[in-house]
Amino acid sequence: METVASFEIHYRQYLNAEGRAVDELPEFAKDADVLQRFYRDMVLTRTFDKRAIALQRTGRLGTYASSLGQEATYTGLGHAMQPRDVLAPSYREHGTCFVRGVPMSDILLYWGGDERGMAFEKAKDDFPVSVPIATHVLHAAGAAYAFKYRKEPRVAVAVCGDGGTSKGDFYESINVAGVWVLPCVFMVVNNQWAISVPRAKQSRSETLAQKAVAAGIPGEQVDGNDVIVVKDRVEVALTKARQGGGPTLIEALTYRRHDHTTADDASRYRSRQELESEKKKDPIERLKHYLIAEGAWGEDQDRQLSRECEGEVDAAVDQYLNTEPRAPETMFDNLYESLPTLYQNQREELQAKWKRHE
Amino acid sequence: MSNLAMVEAVNAAFAHEMNADDSVVLLGEDIGVNGGVFRATVDLQERFGEDRVIDTPLAETMIAGLSVGMAAQGLKPVAEIQFMGFIYPAVDQIVSHASRMRNRTCGRLTCPMVLRAPFGGGIRAPEHHSESTEALFAHMPGVRVVIPSSPARAYGLLLAAIRDPDPVIFLEPKRIYRLHKQQIEDNGEALPLDVCFTLRDGTDITLVSWGASIHETLQAADKLKEESEISCEVIDVATIKPLDMDTILKSVERTGRCVIVHEAARTGGVGADIAAQLAEKGLLSLFAPVKRVTGYDTVMPLLKLENHYLPDVDRIRRAVKETMEFA
Repeated sequence: METVASFEIHYRQYLNAEGRAVDELPEFAKDADVLQRFYRDMVLTRTFDKRAIALQRTGRLGTYASSLGQEATYTGLGHAMQPRDVLAPSYREHGTCFVRGVPMSDILLYWGGDERGMAFEKAKDDFPVSVPIATHVLHAAGAAYAFKYRKEPRVAVAVCGDGGTSKGDFYESINVAGVWVLPCVFMVVNNQWAISVPRAKQSRSETLAQKAVAAGIPGEQVDGNDVIVVKDRVEVALTKARQGGGPTLIEALTYRRHDHTTADDASRYRSRQELESEKKKDPIERLKHYLIAEGAWGEDQDRQLSRECEGEVDAAVDQYLNTEPRAPETMFDNLYESLPTLYQNQREELQAKWKRHE
Repeated sequence: MSNLAMVEAVNAAFAHEMNADDSVVLLGEDIGVNGGVFRATVDLQERFGEDRVIDTPLAETMIAGLSVGMAAQGLKPVAEIQFMGFIYPAVDQIVSHASRMRNRTCGRLTCPMVLRAPFGGGIRAPEHHSESTEALFAHMPGVRVVIPSSPARAYGLLLAAIRDPDPVIFLEPKRIYRLHKQQIEDNGEALPLDVCFTLRDGTDITLVSWGASIHETLQAADKLKEESEISCEVIDVATIKPLDMDTILKSVERTGRCVIVHEAARTGGVGADIAAQLAEKGLLSLFAPVKRVTGYDTVMPLLKLENHYLPDVDRIRRAVKETMEFA
């Protein structure tokens, strides 16, 4: 008998749950301005999130997927990426989109039921929100192929959840990215719950990161509630991919503190105690503690920041609520580049009906 | 001019377009060194390189999903699914993403991809290799479904499909891949999508078909002319989504009779939609009910019985005669 393959999976963390540095921080994290910017983006994401839920509860937004508790993962990812890289998100990565310049009003517009919310001008090559689980991970591999084919120094980043790694699409993506040495980063946001099914029921695999092993690509874990380690390790993976070193799988360990979406009720399947203990690992609190301990933040600044974020979200909500509605017949306008005659008739039928009711 | 069988015309269209446009890449299983199991891509990898004629890992969802990603980022992927019977894992990507990328982003991203597959029965193939499920795709908003029925139309329609700015499902009737050859000038001229081709003018009845069944339909038309002086107009639908109903309606307005022929099972087939639209828009032109000659609503049988399943010349003839005798 001989061992023909073996593997190790590494877990990394810079800031522990109390906000103390457990390792020497990477260079960028020694700059207080940079960490304040991360902090700000996480607070903004949480402020947005609360407001979006309030809008949904009052009938002014459709179903919405909260990112409460996962802000460090999304903010860190956004800051690691370069503008020309491409994001293939699932449906919870609002925080990353904001860092990439997508206006909050557009994200509200989309979840408010208007396709124009995915027509944003910044990050214009980013893929739209993708609801069917892990299907979009393949798009990142396809995009990465296009970049490699044209010799562009760009990387495609796919984000999916712990449940997503159970799908064939996920394995097919990491497998082909490995074979073709694609400039791709696969970000598995392990928030422990796929609606009501806990992580332990998704896979007997000890870590999700080790799924990379079967595809012959490196896989690692990071503390997804530590924005510094997320930004650091994703950036390392992106740089490697950009230089032709191929794909990496990063499993970010975090926790979904809200219901799956506003249409869900997590109290049906998980305990109050579990939720309370996860709150102690809050990503925003830990960075705040660290910044305060470093003398780079204070409660006055914090209150000021809260007011600023509320103000920005107010403006986004105003813009969203005051968006001119689309004419019903425009539902045909982006079906094909030009609408075939057969459907032109249906468009006119709808237009005529609507005009009668005006 | 070259004398080409349909599968050779597919190859010629690829070679032409790959020469003309660097963004065209082919991907699929066994399409590279092997040139495809039907040889549709033979020699192309040698000519255009491994990065443009790509042998993929064996996963159909992946082939379609990669194509969506490539197409959204500026390439024009043409993906081969080895047989239509293996296309179903790819359906998720077509219905969930390819067909709606333009709509979901209001045109910010588009999906100019082609998903090709050989389809249909009559070549004594194993199970899952002989079905015709084109209606599945015809039901999806946002895609085109194109089916050639001759070498020349395969060449011209495939060029059009590759150049089309939206996703095209291009289904190749493999029974007629090598049935006959046609003189084709390799001039890069595309044929129009979204229109039917009237293959034969006639005055008594309109026969509507597509794919391999066109050949039995034409043979039936010849026999009917010869034995009964019945003059059949024969229409090759070619693009089954979106349907060019204008051509069909105009023909039926003249002939007053229509028989639709397709290999696919009858219920929910594209023939049902054509018949419905004739009832909606052409009822007063009809002298007789519209008839369908189709595959049966049963599982496509294995090779011993497949010829009993497929519409043959005799079934078409009989349907035409019944329609003529109705009134």
